[in-house]
Amino acid sequence: MPVYFDNNATTRLDPRVLEAMLPYLSGPYGNASSLHRFGRAARDAVERAREQLAMLAGCQSREIIWTSGGTESDNLALKGVTEGALPTRVLYGATEHPAVLETAEALRARGWGVETVAIGRDGLIDGPRFERQLAAGPVRLVSLMRVNNETGVIQDVARAVDPVHAAGGWLHVDAVQALGKIPLDFTALRADLMSVSSHKIYGPKGIGALIVRADVELAPLHHGGVQERGLRGGTENVASIVGFGAAAELALQELDARAAHTQSLREQLESGLRSLPGVQIFADGAPKAPNTVQFAVAGYHGEALLMQLDRKGFAVSSGSACSSGKGEPSHVLLGMGIAYEVADGAVRVSFGKDNSAAEVEQFLAALAAITQAAMPAMQP
Amino acid sequence: MIYLDYAATTPLDPRVRDAMLPWLDAETHFGNPASDHAMGRSARAAVEQARTEVAALLGCGPDEIVWTSGATESNNLAIKGALEFRGLQGAHLVTSRIEHKAVLDTCRYLETQGLRVTYLTPQADGLIAAEQVLAALRPETAMVSLMWVNNETGAINPVAALASQLRERGVLFHVDAVQAAGKLAIDLAQTPIDLLSVSGHKLYGPKGIGALFVRKRPRARLAPQIHGGGHEQGMRSGTLATQQIVGCGMAFRLAGEAMADEAHRLLALRERLWTALQVLPRIYRNSPAEAGVPGILNVSFDGAEGESLRAMLPALMVSSGSACSSATREPSYVLRALGRDDELAGSSLRLSMGRFTTSAQVDAAAAQVVEAVTRLRAWSPLWDAAA
Ligand SMILES: Cc1ncc(COP(=O)(O)O)c(C=O)c1O
Ligand SMILES: Cc1ncc(COP(=O)(O)O)c(C=O)c1O
Repeated sequence: MPVYFDNNATTRLDPRVLEAMLPYLSGPYGNASSLHRFGRAARDAVERAREQLAMLAGCQSREIIWTSGGTESDNLALKGVTEGALPTRVLYGATEHPAVLETAEALRARGWGVETVAIGRDGLIDGPRFERQLAAGPVRLVSLMRVNNETGVIQDVARAVDPVHAAGGWLHVDAVQALGKIPLDFTALRADLMSVSSHKIYGPKGIGALIVRADVELAPLHHGGVQERGLRGGTENVASIVGFGAAAELALQELDARAAHTQSLREQLESGLRSLPGVQIFADGAPKAPNTVQFAVAGYHGEALLMQLDRKGFAVSSGSACSSGKGEPSHVLLGMGIAYEVADGAVRVSFGKDNSAAEVEQFLAALAAITQAAMPAMQP
Repeated sequence: MIYLDYAATTPLDPRVRDAMLPWLDAETHFGNPASDHAMGRSARAAVEQARTEVAALLGCGPDEIVWTSGATESNNLAIKGALEFRGLQGAHLVTSRIEHKAVLDTCRYLETQGLRVTYLTPQADGLIAAEQVLAALRPETAMVSLMWVNNETGAINPVAALASQLRERGVLFHVDAVQAAGKLAIDLAQTPIDLLSVSGHKLYGPKGIGALFVRKRPRARLAPQIHGGGHEQGMRSGTLATQQIVGCGMAFRLAGEAMADEAHRLLALRERLWTALQVLPRIYRNSPAEAGVPGILNVSFDGAEGESLRAMLPALMVSSGSACSSATREPSYVLRALGRDDELAGSSLRLSMGRFTTSAQVDAAAAQVVEAVTRLRAWSPLWDAAA
């Protein structure tokens, strides 16, 4: 059995979630838009899931639009809010996920001014500087992530709400990595849009949601059909929606227990890492999600370390799964002002509810063995 | 309960479910297909295996398949992606009035962005003729988007013949093949279609997964519509849903294996149903007898409004018009385009059969429909039996 420490990339489907999904994978369930009985049963299941997610995200169920995942949610938010509007500015944090970053950059071609919000070495926004940037001209949308997928840094996005609104913009929060890890309350936050994804909270892959306040003017990304109030065409993915709902309900029940458990694993790992020579933990000391540690070992290329750990049965990553294999250091660390050579060594460990202290011990031992044995040969 | 709504969605084939289950519950199967570790690689291998299965049914290369969240997305990506890449301004597109909403709504949206669109009306047989399309071409026509099989009537458009004509003229050709895949032979190696949309849940696969075929040679170029991590050769970002994709691959494989037998069987069932309904006077067949897919029979019943009729058939799951437009309860635009008046268009049922339909179900369904129509007509002050 491999040791799986890559829960920010994706999580294992909870068997209880599978249980909830199974009737919709085996029964004669219909198209949720059909008017006949099976269609109505599918519709009811979709609406029940919407309420389950609303509880976890702290929003109204009618504010939820189902999507195919966090990436689509981010695209829908950024493109949906800018579509048809007179192009002004769109701002996004320098450490955002590619789903926000690439989407924002694509808006340039449509005439938008696109700017990054500077992020410090601690992974946090420099508040006064951000407010000056906002004041410099009209803004349509600001997109900031609640929890960073690589470093785990928790951004205090609540502080951005008033300045962004004062500048006349909408605030979009990518909460894909925050959902189920830290408490979320969309209504209290007063953000305008928020992205979430199921497969990061032990739900199925390929289902997510965009949460949108009723007063936000949003244009659809997929045209066709009247599903999701005309904002998202396409036959509903009933089984996966039911799975996301069930995963959300469990995440809410177990939020504190999961946070406490992963936090203790993280502390165990961090103290072990500190006793190894040449280890640097990124955004050390910043407020962080309980489950995430990103670090580098001096003199080690991250990808090489990953390969060796993989061979020993440990699944970790260098950063975001989608950019892995590109051989480039993480834009997140570079965005925080970390030097290229240091960023190039990044390894991300992200714990999940099913990991154990024994696994952390094994990991530390394996890491020590790799770095001590190979140190001379591997040094650049 | 008798389910005759296979054109709206199909039940998951138990073999498809069995193929999906390991990717939902095995401890070593949940990796992200984009991850660079053993679990990521095994998920990736499953995704690629499924890609070859979809490609095999379509007769294309696996690297020409882009996964999407369903055919609504595939249609959006094909049309918006290709036209955005080429430049919309002043461009012209030819499509038909009987396309699925995913195409029509996309075209209507693009019209607000400067695209010019010709919407062809089908001939009296419900088909769009190749000559109609060719006659509508203009020097600035960038694209033709035409469905292979209509979802309401089952009419088969002459897509293969049209493809080479459009290729000769250098016009990009997108085909919505959602209702064609697994029902009739598709060979993209021989048919110069540039972009083709398919969906998993119409052929016993899961909902929420689809694909777009994007031709490599000559290369069809698309601007991505979902940006992000650069998945799917940069054309469609987002974490791949392994279980959905594996299910889709298995569904396409099974469809290929079953196609010949199933077509034969469904054709017989369709004609059996039509024969049984013909005890009723003044019913009109909206599905073509020859150029139609085997599983779909659309019938207008004079004097029996479609929604009332459906309401009188609680044990029969059928639709009046397509599922997507049924929520809006307008008479079917497809049937109106066929030349049926509002009255007859609104008095129709689509009976669609599939893999698990039996002749006993067909007989029972026919008897129920005959009885319901007879009663509705008897109640209706407008129905004149002698007319
Ligand atoms: C912060 C963040 N945003 C968006 C996404 C994209 O979500 P999905 O994988 O569901 O497309 C991810 C995960 O990859 C993420 O970590
Ligand atoms: C012809 C046609 N095209 C597109 C679609 C949309 O496919 P999906 O339900 O996968 O979004 C459908 C089915 O609803 C259809 O029948």
